[in-house]
Amino acid sequence: MKQKDIAVLLDEPACAYNKKSKSGCAKPKPGATAGGCAFDGAQIALLPIADVAHIVHGPIACAGSSWDNRGTRSSGARLFRMGMTTDLTEQDVIMGRGEKRLFHSIKQAVKDHQPAAVFVYNTCVPALIGDDIAAVCKEAEARWGTPVVPVDAAGFYGTKNLGNRIAGETMVRCVCGTREPDPLPEAASVGGIEIHDVCLIGEYNIAGELWHVLPLLDELGLRVLCALSGDARYREVQTMHRSRANMMVCSKAMINVARKLKEAFGTPWFEGSFYGVGDVSQALRDFARLIGDSDLAARTEALIEREEARIDLGLRPWRERLSGRKALLYTGGVKSWSVIAALQDLGMEVVATGTKKSTEEDKARIRELMGQDAVMIEDGNPRALLKIVRDNNVDVLIAGGRNMYTALKARIPFLDINQEREFGYAGYVGMLELARQLVLTIDSPVWDAVRRPAPWAQMRPPVPGGQRIMPTGVDTPAEVAQGDVGRG
Amino acid sequence: MSDVAEIIKRHKALSVSPLKASQTLGAALAFLGFRGAIPMLHGSQGCTAFGKVFFVRHFREPIPLQTTAMDQVTTIMGSEDSVIEGLRTLCEKHAPLLIGLPTTALSETQGSDVNMAVREFRKLHPAFAAVPVVPVSAPDFSGCLETGFAKALEAIISTLVPSAHSAGTVPGRRQRQVNVLVGSSLTPGDLEELKDIIEQFGLRPVLLPDLSDSLDGHLGADQFSPLTIGGAEVSELQTLGDARATLVIGASLHMAADLLHELTGVPDFRLDHLMGLEAVDGLMLALHEISAEAVPERIERQRAQLHDAMLDCHFMLGMSRFALAGDPDLIHAFSEFLHGVGAEVVVAVSSVNAPVFARSGLAEIKIGDLEDLERSARERGVDVLVTNSHGVEPARRLGRPLVRAGFPQYDLLGGYQKTWIGYRGSRQTLFDLANLLLELGKGEIHPYRSIYAQKPEYQEAVNHGSAEAFAAGVPRQ
Repeated sequence: MKQKDIAVLLDEPACAYNKKSKSGCAKPKPGATAGGCAFDGAQIALLPIADVAHIVHGPIACAGSSWDNRGTRSSGARLFRMGMTTDLTEQDVIMGRGEKRLFHSIKQAVKDHQPAAVFVYNTCVPALIGDDIAAVCKEAEARWGTPVVPVDAAGFYGTKNLGNRIAGETMVRCVCGTREPDPLPEAASVGGIEIHDVCLIGEYNIAGELWHVLPLLDELGLRVLCALSGDARYREVQTMHRSRANMMVCSKAMINVARKLKEAFGTPWFEGSFYGVGDVSQALRDFARLIGDSDLAARTEALIEREEARIDLGLRPWRERLSGRKALLYTGGVKSWSVIAALQDLGMEVVATGTKKSTEEDKARIRELMGQDAVMIEDGNPRALLKIVRDNNVDVLIAGGRNMYTALKARIPFLDINQEREFGYAGYVGMLELARQLVLTIDSPVWDAVRRPAPWAQMRPPVPGGQRIMPTGVDTPAEVAQGDVGRG
Repeated sequence: MSDVAEIIKRHKALSVSPLKASQTLGAALAFLGFRGAIPMLHGSQGCTAFGKVFFVRHFREPIPLQTTAMDQVTTIMGSEDSVIEGLRTLCEKHAPLLIGLPTTALSETQGSDVNMAVREFRKLHPAFAAVPVVPVSAPDFSGCLETGFAKALEAIISTLVPSAHSAGTVPGRRQRQVNVLVGSSLTPGDLEELKDIIEQFGLRPVLLPDLSDSLDGHLGADQFSPLTIGGAEVSELQTLGDARATLVIGASLHMAADLLHELTGVPDFRLDHLMGLEAVDGLMLALHEISAEAVPERIERQRAQLHDAMLDCHFMLGMSRFALAGDPDLIHAFSEFLHGVGAEVVVAVSSVNAPVFARSGLAEIKIGDLEDLERSARERGVDVLVTNSHGVEPARRLGRPLVRAGFPQYDLLGGYQKTWIGYRGSRQTLFDLANLLLELGKGEIHPYRSIYAQKPEYQEAVNHGSAEAFAAGVPRQ
């Protein structure tokens, strides 16, 4: 990919960071950088497309250490769970056989697995030695008759965030608009309501949590043409251009997709979240608002009323156990304000929240929710986090899996909220799981157990005859009795 | 959780999928933990044959076990002669170092006087005066494997351990010796671990009985032995009074511990079990006091490793639901262990009632069988079952995984060798249980198929029954 193309991608007018110097897409600093590369970002953004053969073109480290490593779920096709890589060898690199190997790899994937499409992810080494993967993909597509899409996001192009954007950009440019949506199924006439097409962008169906939301959308007559990319199929991505309204779900990663779809097809979009009762309701309302169907709006309100009443009842017993408990929130991709509201719904107090990735607008909302004195954590290094936990008697640290072991090693209850997690928290029903997981860790007896010193740690050395159990007439040598008891 | 567990007694006529193994077997097992020993069950030959198969399948080892082979005549006319003849035959043929003589329901019902028979044997066969014979009343119409095991140990102590007064033993004369009374809930693997821990404190453990030396599954030099090929030394029983302390593992052994203490005056430490942080802390504290040694660094490290495992596993084990069935000590151990990591014991079925339940954190304990286990588990909903191999079918019907513990484990290799105890064993147990729960995919959200979806693999389903799909997937007003 050319430098100027990368520069264009980095300039994201719809992103509120764009004006600030500390952009999420800033250059990484050697020796002080955490997080993944552009390849990581691209792969992670598209891997949930379940019926595609995802081929990583590069030596083994790129795919070898990352395949099948995500909490995303599919309701059917499982091809995405198969790792595929050209596994370039030294000979391939030296002899320039990478392109040939890639061509045959695509053939093998198509023959053996009949994928809906093949995505080829470029990586550093082929980018460096100049493999022309776009040409190989084009040739392979013509030869085997299956769409082959090059995703040119080699690691050194930049950060994971850039990779997300390249992936999104690739979908908009190469896939969206290549097919018209299926005609509505007969089922669409159920209830005699008008069906509207929508898309979800940046929704990854982590732990299957999208399935908490889809029944609601079905009931409202909102057909999800495509969720990019949770539980998606290639043919769904193809039809995204026909969406009536797009929702940017809880992530800035693919904001360029929403913007470009609006530019190209005029689709209006909104940013929303499926975390927390209030936000789920708001998202449903936003769809009705953008679509501008008054009947839909009325049905949406009725559904919200019913669902909110039901979840309120369901959450009651959990609220009793969580009320007044203190949480420290340090989230990455998920909007911090969204989760704050969800926690407050449960009666919890959020003592501080991470704002490293928050915009000024986000911060205003955080103040609205937490008050003017809200503690915002810009620098989330482990020591700083732990200090806040200690200073504020925090009951639980809520953060990404990366911080899990920081919390556990410091003997602090923890809830994982990032993409590797095992539990889905989205939708009204997801709140129940969130509450359950919070109670599970906060009220676990293990914390007291591991915080207690060993029972012998503070004991005086045993005195012969002075203890219940010591037999009389036994001389314990003084030096033994005064050994290093009490350490630890 | 209530303070005192409610004990629900057996209230049905028929026991279905029995949980209980007989008291007679328990008694025989205790004798199998002594070297050169052979138990001879006083009953019909079937009592022994079944017992032999039971242990052979569990340990996958040859099991020395004999019978007084009561028949029609002896059953009616008196079976004492069979006992005498059996004892003589064993002594003549095998020269055992110990003969255990557990009774059965048959001989007890008959009213056979085993003690008299042994006295008679001594009188008739003075040549075998040196062979210790320990009768123990262990009818299978009461108790369970655990109580039989305990009763045999009581009988061994009262028959073979000399009083301090008569033998001149002095507690603590053997400064490094620790007597260890171990209950039937500990596996040979557990016992090996326990010995290793005790040795790390510079102490010399004398395990009674020591199944880890007889039924640990090792290939010895001798090709065939009609007697046990290892175990506690009978001669060691003479030295118990000189030990520095006695450790007692298992509430079922309190009577045995009382007897030993009465006879020898050796102070004792009593621990209900050795599973989980708190219980093992109790052991280390005891060893620390007995040995006056610091807790070894290696053990401190293992403790810290258990800590870490508790944290890693609590996400899976927290609020998970277990159903337990077994003998009292095992149930008590597992329930305390599970409570310690936030798991819930929602069903506990015990083969018999026991005093230890008075201090268990369980709300309710059913005295019953595996049918009771299955019914309650279905009613209340559980994630994992813990019981012996007979739990396979109930677990299959419930669609839940089974963790095998207790007796018998006939469909699992190495069950006898699994180490549940100590910091290390507890840690591994946590991992095993947490992995089981992970595999269950708890909290996994059921895939929802939108009726409008453009997913090719849905087409068939949608065409077949869209209305049903809609009704099933969408909450109606």
